Amino acid sequence: MTVLRTPGGLSLRFRPRALVVGAGCALLAAGLGVLAVAGGDYPMSPADVLRTLTGGGTPAEEFIIHELRLPRLVTALLVGAALALAGAVFQSLVRNPLGSPDMLGFTQGASTGALVVVVLGGSSLALSGAAVASGLATGLLVYALVARTGVHGYRLVLVGIGLNAILTGINGYLLTRAPLMDAARAVLWLTGSLDGRGWSDATPLLVVLAVLTPLVLLGCGPALRMMEMGDDTAAALGVPVRRLRLVLLGAAVLLVAFAAAAAGPVSFVALTAPHLARRLTRSPGPNLLPAMCVGATLLVGADLLGQRVFADHQLPAGAITGAVGGAYLVWLLAVERRAGRL
Amino acid sequence: MALLAAVAVLSVAVGAKQLPVADVWSGLWHPDSAEYAVVHQMRLPRTLLGLLAGTALGLAGAVMQALTRNPLADPGLLGINAGASAAVATAALLGVTALNGYVWFALLGAAAVTALVYAVGGGRGATPARLALAGAALNATLYSYVSAAMLLDAASLDRLRFWTVGSLASADAATVRRVAPFVAAGLLVALATARPLNALALGDDAARALGARPALIRAAVIAAVTLLCGAATAACGPIVFVGLLVPHLVRAVTGPDLRWLLPYCAVLSPVLLLGADVLGRVLGRPGELQVGMVTAVLGGPLFLWLVLRRRVTRP
Repeated sequence: MTVLRTPGGLSLRFRPRALVVGAGCALLAAGLGVLAVAGGDYPMSPADVLRTLTGGGTPAEEFIIHELRLPRLVTALLVGAALALAGAVFQSLVRNPLGSPDMLGFTQGASTGALVVVVLGGSSLALSGAAVASGLATGLLVYALVARTGVHGYRLVLVGIGLNAILTGINGYLLTRAPLMDAARAVLWLTGSLDGRGWSDATPLLVVLAVLTPLVLLGCGPALRMMEMGDDTAAALGVPVRRLRLVLLGAAVLLVAFAAAAAGPVSFVALTAPHLARRLTRSPGPNLLPAMCVGATLLVGADLLGQRVFADHQLPAGAITGAVGGAYLVWLLAVERRAGRL
Repeated sequence: MALLAAVAVLSVAVGAKQLPVADVWSGLWHPDSAEYAVVHQMRLPRTLLGLLAGTALGLAGAVMQALTRNPLADPGLLGINAGASAAVATAALLGVTALNGYVWFALLGAAAVTALVYAVGGGRGATPARLALAGAALNATLYSYVSAAMLLDAASLDRLRFWTVGSLASADAATVRRVAPFVAAGLLVALATARPLNALALGDDAARALGARPALIRAAVIAAVTLLCGAATAACGPIVFVGLLVPHLVRAVTGPDLRWLLPYCAVLSPVLLLGADVLGRVLGRPGELQVGMVTAVLGGPLFLWLVLRRRVTRP
């Protein structure tokens, strides 16, 4: 922990390692981003990309970058950051390294709305809207169920898992009601894909992130760290536990819902990014900002891999994160088990 | 008494099946009536499969709850059924479409996940919530694998999307014949472990003093769960909550003694499953709601009630 003091009596505490990790991830994400923008059916050199971005490209290059590849990259960055932030908040709130929104029914909830639209045959705008609405509805339902008896971490987990199972059943049923072509589209959406994302997908998420990131990071971050010590301790230290938890849950659910609306329920980013961030920064606590950087990097990397692994076949980013995340999960279960934390 | 209950309950289940079509009753008994073929080729195998799968899932849930000493253990929630599904999806990708072939894949998948869940949840430190969370995480992984498999191949998508919900609709006599031996074997092993599992509930040392061999019992239970869940999932897809709820309902009647609990579960679980199946057909007319969807929607609220009302979840 390093402290920076100003002559006016203000002080700023920060961990140099966390800053280095954040900056490193941002650089890595930028590098991957340039690669992602440069590659494709119309390959360009990184130098071309940078020239076009600064305004010196040919009209064709301008179109390809500004209208096709850049929105996809930005969506990937934003979705990764939003999911990671939500995951870090959830894991901290329920005090369990596995307590990410994908396990607790929120992503499934968002999927249900989207599937209803697919079955009824709506536009992609309606699909995003329905995903956001049903994600929020799931959040409200969980909160309503839990609030009566007190929002304890473990109860939140169990209620979430129960809802998750119900929603999985409903989603599977909806999938069988759709015609085969729509079902294929729905499965692609359910896996989480960044294919063909435009500025209209990125903008709502950008707005949500711009509002919620400062709120969560600056408004709730220090208090969240206190809450990790236990509700009673936190309350004794002056943290308004109930209200804070409500605000944080609301923010995390909003983030997940909008991220799902933009790219579908990409699995495991919310679970793994906070873990990786914690391992990299080697500092306790929720590690919100490093987690966001790691999440953005992860998703951009996954999307890039999905585009390049098979020459003739594009894999959705969600398939990559699912496969990698699954392997990570098994490893995590083994390690946590050995350490006696599970 | 258990036998009596079994007969009574069975007759209720079969009777309930006839509710949607009243004429079926005559078809069951008169070989020359028009409904004979419907009853014997479609309804009867379906009922039998429901019986087998229900028994399998309920028993598996009961012995798992006993072994892990965890009230929330359920083959669906802990990912064992999902493990079997993932293996079946692999089989579908490899081009194995016959039940004969993929029942082995399902057993393999169930075995792997059962071992993993036991390794995670068998110890002292695992609270219900943590075990359930580990299971949910496994479920998520395995389902994302299944949907990736569906994406790669449109033909398997068409087959798997019906199968992954959990349905008895594909039942025929061959399926029943194929699955029955596995369920029967699992049933025998599970029932045989009732007495030693009772001893094991007192702790390893006490069990050893009572003449039980803990390692052997654990291996037997894992084998039983694998057989039961693998076979049930191969036949009707992953079905959640049956294995969770029935033991809880039964425990309210019989108390914790497994020698009573297990037979009651074996009898009552099929009632629940067949009831859900019938309900799905009544509600979903002219088509049907898959039984897995019905158990999820019916069982989910009960699960939530359990979590919120009872003190089972204190860490």
